[in-house]
Amino acid sequence: METLAMEKLKELNQKTTRVSGSEALLLSLIAEQVTTIFGYPGGAIMPVYDKLMDFKDSLKHILTRHEQGAVHAAQGFARVSGRTGVCFATSGPGATNLITGIADAYMDSTPIVCITGQVGSHLIGSDAFQETDVVGISMPITKWNYQVTRAEEIPEAIAKAFYIAKSGRPGPVLIDITKDAMLQEMDFVYKPCNYIRSYIPVPLMKEEQLNRAAELINEAKKPLALIGQGVILAGAEKEVLAFLEKTGVPAAFTLLGLSAIPNDHPQHMGMLGMHGHAAPNIKTNDCDLLIGIGMRFDDRVTGKVSKYAKQAKIIHFELDKAEINKIVKVDAYVNGNVKETLPAVTAKLIKNSHKEWIDEFKIIREDEEKRVIKKELYPEGNKISMGEVFRVINEAVNGEAVLVTDVGQHQMMASRYFNFKNTRSWITSGGLGTMGFGLPAAMGAQFGAPEKTIISVSGDGGFQMTMQELGTIAYNRLPIKMIILNNNFLGMVRQWQELFFDERYSSTPISSPDFPVLASAYGIPGEMVKGRNDLKAAIQRMIQTPGAYLLEIKVVNKGNVFPMIPQGAAVNEVLFGDEKPSK
Amino acid sequence: MSNQEFTNYQEYTLTIFSENSIGLLNRITINFTKRKLNIESLTVSESAIKGVFKFTIVIICNHHTVENLVKQLEKQIDVIRAFYLTQDEILHQEIAMYKIETNALLETNEIEHIIRTYNARILEMTKEYTVIEKTGHKAETQELFEKLKPYGVLQFVRSGRVAITRLKQELLSSYLEKLEKQHRPAV
Ligand SMILES: Cc1ncc(C[n+]2csc(CCOP(=O)(O)OP(=O)(O)O)c2C)c(N)n1
Repeated sequence: METLAMEKLKELNQKTTRVSGSEALLLSLIAEQVTTIFGYPGGAIMPVYDKLMDFKDSLKHILTRHEQGAVHAAQGFARVSGRTGVCFATSGPGATNLITGIADAYMDSTPIVCITGQVGSHLIGSDAFQETDVVGISMPITKWNYQVTRAEEIPEAIAKAFYIAKSGRPGPVLIDITKDAMLQEMDFVYKPCNYIRSYIPVPLMKEEQLNRAAELINEAKKPLALIGQGVILAGAEKEVLAFLEKTGVPAAFTLLGLSAIPNDHPQHMGMLGMHGHAAPNIKTNDCDLLIGIGMRFDDRVTGKVSKYAKQAKIIHFELDKAEINKIVKVDAYVNGNVKETLPAVTAKLIKNSHKEWIDEFKIIREDEEKRVIKKELYPEGNKISMGEVFRVINEAVNGEAVLVTDVGQHQMMASRYFNFKNTRSWITSGGLGTMGFGLPAAMGAQFGAPEKTIISVSGDGGFQMTMQELGTIAYNRLPIKMIILNNNFLGMVRQWQELFFDERYSSTPISSPDFPVLASAYGIPGEMVKGRNDLKAAIQRMIQTPGAYLLEIKVVNKGNVFPMIPQGAAVNEVLFGDEKPSK
Repeated sequence: MSNQEFTNYQEYTLTIFSENSIGLLNRITINFTKRKLNIESLTVSESAIKGVFKFTIVIICNHHTVENLVKQLEKQIDVIRAFYLTQDEILHQEIAMYKIETNALLETNEIEHIIRTYNARILEMTKEYTVIEKTGHKAETQELFEKLKPYGVLQFVRSGRVAITRLKQELLSSYLEKLEKQHRPAV
């Protein structure tokens, strides 16, 4: 689509024209194909907001109700679309309100570019009104950051920001721009960045690494592949499928690797980690070869490292060299982009099947079905269980929706029970585990994928952390389907208190407003579901009603997520929750 | 991982080549703070290539930590290259300066004797004070300090470490050329 601004950009690139720093910023964003910006204005960034008025046809600015909402929305946008998310904030409190989201994006390798306003350069270092050293504060949690103090630095800084955020292992970038730089005039020319000599985003493939990996995979009798988000970030879903189908290797998924291939694939053995499926966790300590692909052996995945897969050889397919041998010592690694390295290795593999080995997973799966899954999906009590809600959602949408969650028990239940069908249909805060992430991330996801059904599921605790974004959802008429699983507790913490702190429920019972009434104050329809009999119809109504909808579902108060590998236990020390008589 | 990876603490000298960008020192030291590592010595100056800076940092840690640390350092966007060397792989020096009263020097010939034995030299001499300079390992410069102490040391300073490797190593300039060839996309 040729917008007026794009035409202007072309014209500008032909002859140099004097523009203000603010205009240079917006033109640079347009040159980077940005269409949507989430943000919040304030003193130090006012010149940019003023200029936005002139670019309405090509840049849509979404005013969130808090800067944390803006950065999470940028993350949701990036996660659903694979494009770089952008947010704006003013200096001082505006900038510090972004920090949680930047840290989250850093942990989960999400490409976002945050632009913050800064006090005038003559005031820097003087403790001026709303001056914060945001470059200093964000340094440990950004892939790169930079302070611009002169207008002519803007195009190059933005070009570098987008290149760094998206290339290699993606991550957040922050550009801090002083107010005087926004106001100064400069000659505008835009050159996209594609090379920085001190930065190698994708290392070259090494033949000997490919050969060694192929050799180990060809020899393995009981291999297990661990698929992480790296596969989705690289767009290597097809390559993974081809690898799996040629080798017959069973595959397990990290929390963020979910949705890379559909759940119903016969080699999909479920999720890894603390609340993952028993079979892949137990089999990690029984296989003879672990093949990590675009994952980072997070402690929630490994459990006690000194008891992790000691019997097995380990291969690591990984882009980021710093992740190799960081947590577990590997026997071989392939350092590179899995979209290139995986097919190169697959070509060297013999066609194989591991039917009997996969059958061993199925036996454990059946045990888990009996002891945990069935009870969760078809509970006997009259209170609705969390798992059952996802069963009903599955029946209603059949995997054709993007599921965005907050953090807690409902998140683990969602990861375990939602029926993933399409890649990038799962947005959740993994590494940082940020409560309050869900609702704003869902907003961003809706902008990133306007044609898709976005379902946001939160707990009663987390929803209250960012529920002011109902205002943004209402104003922008975002058709987000919001579900709150209300157990009147900070459920996940309560579960730990029950299991490890003698049922001393310190500060975990939590009261809430009547959420549908709250939604109605924003003009958003909704309803409260208290009993099983109403659940299915309510979810149908939510899906079918055009526009936003809020469903509050009262669920079992003291439900627990099982199976569980307690912190510090080995991956195969899985608790099913029925080991001792329940208290 | 073998236990030694974690239990064997030793001195490592890190060499980091980087672009000269504001805040980079901060970005580098964050990686030490994050791991609760104490920096024993730090020297920064421009390398043979204009605009490229060289950091020499000495730390005491285990092998697992230094391996990971160096990879994290090299991952910083403005860092061109980072590596670590063990004690036997490097030649290194520190420079120390000692200020004493000139009277003390003139009273006996003992100080002069010390200066000779320690291969130190006199950098400047005025009526009031004399500045002595010695280059060597920390232990050596420290020993000289102890020797001079009884005669009254007015001031004592010691630099960070500078180190050069005994290994055969590619020059940074050729490394940069190679990168350029392999990684810069053709336009
Ligand atoms: C910002 C933030 N604060 C605290 C926590 C710790 N925490 C993890 S889960 C959880 C409880 C979440 O409760 P709720 O939102 O009601 O969801 P539930 O677990 O009941 O599904 C808490 C407090 C966190 N992850 N993030």
